[in-house]
Amino acid sequence: MPNYYQPEIECASREQIRHWQDERLVHTVRHVYENVEYYRKKMQKKGVTPDDIRSVDDLCKLPFLTKDDLRDAYPYGLLAKPLSDCVRIQSTSGTTGRRVVAFYTQHDIDLWDECCARAIVAAGGTKDDVVHVSYGYGLFTGGPGLNGGSHKVGSLTLPMSSGNTERQIQFMCDLGSTILCCTPSYAAYLAESIIERGLRDQIKLKAGIFGAEAWSEEMRHDIEEKLGIKAYDIYGLTEISGPGVSFECAEQGGMHINEDHFIAEIIDPNTGEVLPDGEKGELVFTSITKEAFPLLRYRTRDICALNRTPCSCGRTHVRMSKPMGRSDDMLIVKGVNVFPSQIETVLLAQGYPANYQIIVSRENNSDLLEVLVEMTPEMFSDALSTVSAREHDLVGALKAMLGIYAKVRLVAPKTITRSEGKAVRVIDKRNLY
Amino acid sequence: MTTKQLSVFLENKPGQLIEFTRLLQENNVNMHAMCLADTKDFGIVRVIVDDSYKAACVLKEAGFVFSITPVLAVEIPDRPGGLVHVFEPLAAEGVNLEYTYAFTSRKEGSAYMILRVTDNEKAAEILGKNDIRLICQHELAEVFKN
Repeated sequence: MPNYYQPEIECASREQIRHWQDERLVHTVRHVYENVEYYRKKMQKKGVTPDDIRSVDDLCKLPFLTKDDLRDAYPYGLLAKPLSDCVRIQSTSGTTGRRVVAFYTQHDIDLWDECCARAIVAAGGTKDDVVHVSYGYGLFTGGPGLNGGSHKVGSLTLPMSSGNTERQIQFMCDLGSTILCCTPSYAAYLAESIIERGLRDQIKLKAGIFGAEAWSEEMRHDIEEKLGIKAYDIYGLTEISGPGVSFECAEQGGMHINEDHFIAEIIDPNTGEVLPDGEKGELVFTSITKEAFPLLRYRTRDICALNRTPCSCGRTHVRMSKPMGRSDDMLIVKGVNVFPSQIETVLLAQGYPANYQIIVSRENNSDLLEVLVEMTPEMFSDALSTVSAREHDLVGALKAMLGIYAKVRLVAPKTITRSEGKAVRVIDKRNLY
Repeated sequence: MTTKQLSVFLENKPGQLIEFTRLLQENNVNMHAMCLADTKDFGIVRVIVDDSYKAACVLKEAGFVFSITPVLAVEIPDRPGGLVHVFEPLAAEGVNLEYTYAFTSRKEGSAYMILRVTDNEKAAEILGKNDIRLICQHELAEVFKN
């Protein structure tokens, strides 16, 4: 029997959804035009006024927003409400030193929490469940999002945050966690740790809500089998709100986009042209209910396809496929967004050359980020302690920039593979897509 | 007063030392002393050679990252306690040794130590006051003759 958090919305007729979208889009465009100078200038440059946007059909007239816009407008340039009306900031990686910051009013938080509540209920969550949130808390949206959703559902919420696997497992056993929320790679790691300790029959998990990084169907089956649960995918991005932009139902055939809040488009990443449903392209979101940080036509850089065929779960909202790749060079490592340009910024600031290579691998279900840096006469010393200290400083600076540990490997000059004279910057050995 | 040491960056993987030593062999450069410091990923090989100018040229040509460091070479009596005699005055004056390694020659009864300190002049002065003989660059050839 399907479970809905807001059945009147989740199973609304297509006409009703379209009506909401038309109305809310017109309102949001006006709100943004009046309050966000940065976007108003973009619209003016394109010769578009709020009067030109009368329905979703006019969406394609609006200019796109990209991560570069977020960097240029940092920190307040895209804010559409006075700061005094905002109650929260969350943040994610930018392409270089500057992070992306997103603002929320209490109303924005409530709607975001509701989106996450829909995902939890779709995974079988009720007020009788114990929701074990092992996403990171803090600036990362994973922890706060699922935490808020779990509160809305009325479940007993365990704000575990990430790390400390021993304690995670102990609480899982002692407090009877029934729904686990974390990155799929951490879920796989937890599953193995639980089995290693012979505690498989001590846990009461029935479902997991896993997102923030790419994972394959094989990984899903592996986690489901090891933990004896059903594993649900969830998708989101800080720029648009956080987790819960879309989520899987029990059919596990794509993630339902919460279309009453977000309009999805698929475009050709090279031309910007809107592609018909079913075609693979870059996912673009327009938030139509956000107050503080509404983004119009934000290019996610995630490559996926939309599926509008009715879902047997009864939900009428469009489904998106799992992301099948990126239209930029962003990597997701341990659920954290990493841009090669961030690493380059750190290397140059530390006096190393921009000859580097990033190798991402997955060992024992845990991502490893390794940065190969070519040694130079300037950075070299006859004293091991000096070279090691510089290496240590570099590791520290990378951690500060990326938020995660990156292993540094100093290599001999001219040993980083070059193809046609250009270095191959990223080697991802994980085969995620 | 000092001796030239070549310090060369090598990755810590099979074949690296062969490549380096073969390069010296091909160019007819002889090593008098050698010391290797390593971490999990990389190593620094330090050598005293008979022709450091030639060695530097061929290393540069071959694309190695290296540096030339002036170090102190001291002659010590080849018997128990020989080193204590060298280290004691340095320690007493607060001179810290970054690293050190030993080598011998054909000369009977003598051994040699390479000392890497931050202040060569100060260390040399202390050693001189304690009658410890420093071998400078041009004396090296002499030491290795016969």
